[in-house]
Order: sequence, then structure tokens, then C-alpha cells
Amino acid sequence: MPPPSRQPAGALEAKRRRLRDRWGLRTLLIATVLGMTASLVLVFFYAPLEAEQGFLQKIFYVHVPLAIVSLCGFVLGGLLAIQHLRTRDPRWDMRSYVAIHMSLIFALGTLITGSIWAKGSWGHWWVWSEPTLVSFLIVFLLYATYQPLRFSIEDPERQARYASVFAITAGAFVPLNFIAVRLSTAYLHPRVLGSTSNLPAPMALTFLVSLVATALLYATLCNYELTAKRTRAKVRALRRRLDADSGETKQRRPRSAAPGMATAISAPTGSRGN
Amino acid sequence: MRRQLGALLRKELLIELRTLESVPGMSLFAVTTFVVFHFALNRNSVEGDLAAGILWVTILFAAMLGVNRLFVADAEQGGFDAFLLAPGDGGALLLAKALTLLAFLVVLEVVAVPAFGLLLLGPSLGGALPQLVGVLALGDVGVAVIGTLVGAMAVRTRARDLLGPLLALPLLVPIVIGGARASSPLLTLAHPSGPAPRWLLTLGLYDLVFGLIAFALFDFLLED
Repeated sequence: MPPPSRQPAGALEAKRRRLRDRWGLRTLLIATVLGMTASLVLVFFYAPLEAEQGFLQKIFYVHVPLAIVSLCGFVLGGLLAIQHLRTRDPRWDMRSYVAIHMSLIFALGTLITGSIWAKGSWGHWWVWSEPTLVSFLIVFLLYATYQPLRFSIEDPERQARYASVFAITAGAFVPLNFIAVRLSTAYLHPRVLGSTSNLPAPMALTFLVSLVATALLYATLCNYELTAKRTRAKVRALRRRLDADSGETKQRRPRSAAPGMATAISAPTGSRGN
Repeated sequence: MRRQLGALLRKELLIELRTLESVPGMSLFAVTTFVVFHFALNRNSVEGDLAAGILWVTILFAAMLGVNRLFVADAEQGGFDAFLLAPGDGGALLLAKALTLLAFLVVLEVVAVPAFGLLLLGPSLGGALPQLVGVLALGDVGVAVIGTLVGAMAVRTRARDLLGPLLALPLLVPIVIGGARASSPLLTLAHPSGPAPRWLLTLGLYDLVFGLIAFALFDFLLED
């Protein structure tokens, strides 16, 4: 007589989810590769050269999508944090963390490409009269404190809660800050940034494809990070169970700013924090 | 709510009156900063944009000292625990702390603005004073609200003295923009004029939005 399996429904569900994750990730990855390729082809072979700036203007197809995606990612991090505070499910905190983490990297890319563009077209690496660049820097500086904030709170539950409060506040700050900085400076941006409506059709098409490709890249990277974290948490839980079976009680928790999933997957033994 | 608020506010102000931990330090810091600005800029008097900038930066940095101290007693001596045990409401604590910080800022400015007029400001303060008070009040509300939220967030972290200003300064940049732009026409030598309404509107709107955000989120910082 075979022994009854302990959690057939749970195991099946987990397996199904794993399969779905893998497929979702693979589809996303393929879509991203196709999207990035298409956007590069369009940027270099289809979009016309701009009259004033020439080849330099092509950085627009990298810079602006990066900026838009990272700002949307910051706001998304805030929305996910709202969900975390409502449900108290650490998985939402994890998603919020990953969204902000990725956005921060994209924002750094935006600042660097923006700086290169400014150097190329205005002759300076940094231009204060450019409201979008300045507001972006302020937002970046604010979000740069997200990881130090997490890092300096040890209790994981409180870390998640405080990080969510930060993410919501900062998410609301993003649009407000843009309004305030834009008010403060005369509008002096290259025409191309105003809106897509005043772009010639081939440029607009290239821009939209680049935007979609960048958004896909963001989604893929976020998914990768989430999957990696989930896997690592599972490995850690398994190792802990193995240690417990072999009688070793070695509980080592690496200090990290990233939210751990240990609390969600297996209840921790012993209390941490205060 | 009103009774809770009254009790909490009384407690905060009594603590400050008995210990004198924050306000004298903040005021002294502001006056010293003016002296530092005098030497750093090598100017005997300033006006316009420069004057507005110096005034706002000084107030902001002095406010940071207050923000860092605002919740220290609660975190170290069990004030949070006592508050959680009492049948109180997070909103009352937020409001009491924000009003306390606002009171600190007002006292700070009562010292700092005349000192600024005396030490550094070129044009006389006389005519522009009522309008300047209005602009400062609008800015103070925002500093108080954001300072309370950030102070509560930073106080229970390991690096609180570092994190408080790091979190608060970017959030306060729009206040500096609005405040400095609104007060710079008041401090010019040539033709002092009133502040542009859009800056007052920006400040007011920012205060309102962050007031609502702080009110919605403050409870999550308290529970443990």
C-alpha cells in the first residue's frame, strides 16, 4: 500500500505554477529579444536622420523609453506597495521591491543617456534649465534611499511595512515633483520630447516600438529577479529542513536589503527582531 | 480625537519646555549658518534669489535637526508602546507631532528671520514682512508634515540620523522651489513685489497632498 502523499493539492498547484512561471518567462524573453531587435533595426535603418542633430538624435529612442518605463515602474512599485499594506502578503512587498529596484537601474541608464545627449546637443554634461532632467535627478536621489532604508531595518516584517510606506509616498511624489520642477523653469526641451504627435510618422513608429521593447525588457528583468528570489528562498527553506533533519541547527540569515521570502514559505523558527 | 490631540500636544510641548532639546539648538544652528554663509559667499549683504535661497536652505537644515529629534524620546523611552497601549488614534499622534514640529519651526523663524534681516539681508524687512510670513507659514506646514512622516520612518532604523535627511531632502525640494521662488521678489532691493500666486498655489497643493498621504500611511509606521 503506497503511503498517502502529504500535500497532493499543494504540490500539484506548486508544480503547475512553476511550469507557468517558466513558460511565462520564456515567452516574455522571446518577445523581448524580438522587440529589441525590431527597435534597433528601426532605429538604425528606418527612422530618418533628424535635420538639426543628425545621428545624435538616435539616442532619443533609448533615453526616452528608459525614462518613461522607469517612472512608470516607480509608480507601479507604489501601487504594489498599496496592495502589500492592504493584504499584508510579503509577496506584494517582494514585487514592489523588484519593481523599484529595476526602475532604479533604468533610471540610472536614463540619467547617463540624458547626460550624453545633453553633452552632444548643448555642449554640457548637465543642464539645469532642463526641467525633465532635473526632476529625474531628484526622483533618482529619493529612490536611491530606498535600499539604505530597507537595509537599516532588521525585522523583516517591519522592513516590508516601512518600505511600502516609502514606496507609496515616493510614488505619489514622482508626478508632483515633475509638476513643481516644470513650473520652476522655462520650457526649453528639444521638440522631440514634447509629445509623439509632432513627430514625423516614421520617427513616431520607431519610438513606439522602442518604448514597447523597453517595457518588455523591464518586465522580463523583473520576472527574472522574482523567479531567482523565489528559487533562492525555496533552496534556503529546503536546506534548512535538511539541516533540521540532520540535527544541525545552523540558522544563518544573510543581511540584505532585499526582502526575503522565508517568512512566506516556511514559518521561521525562533523570533527575530524585537 | 480632540482630547487625545490636546493631551499629546501638551505632552510634546511640556517635554520640549523642560528639556529644551530641539528649539534652542535649531535657532542657534540657523544663526551660525548665516555667519557661515557670510564667509562662504564673501558677501556682506544679499538680496533677491540669493537671499531667498539662503533663508530657505538655512530653515530646511535647521528643521532637519528638529526632525531627527522628533521621535527619539518615543523610540527610546517607550513612548510608542505607551501610545499603542492607550486607546489612541494614529491620526492624533501624526497631527500632534506635526503641530509640535510646526511650533518648533515658528519659534525657529521668530529667531532666524530677524537675525537674517540683521546679519545678511540687504533690503529692510519691514514692508515685505507680512507676505514673507505667509509664504513661510505655507512652507512650514509642508516641512512639518513631511518631517513628521520621515521622522517616524527613520527613527526606528539603524542609521536614523543619516536616513532622516536623506529621505526628507528630496521630498522637500518642491517646497524649496515654491518657497524660494515665492519669497525672492519680496527680498529684492529694487522693486519688492508680491509673490507670484502660482508658487503659493504649488506650496498649498503640496502641503495638502502630503498631508493626505501622511494621514493615510502614518498608522502603518506605528503598529508593531
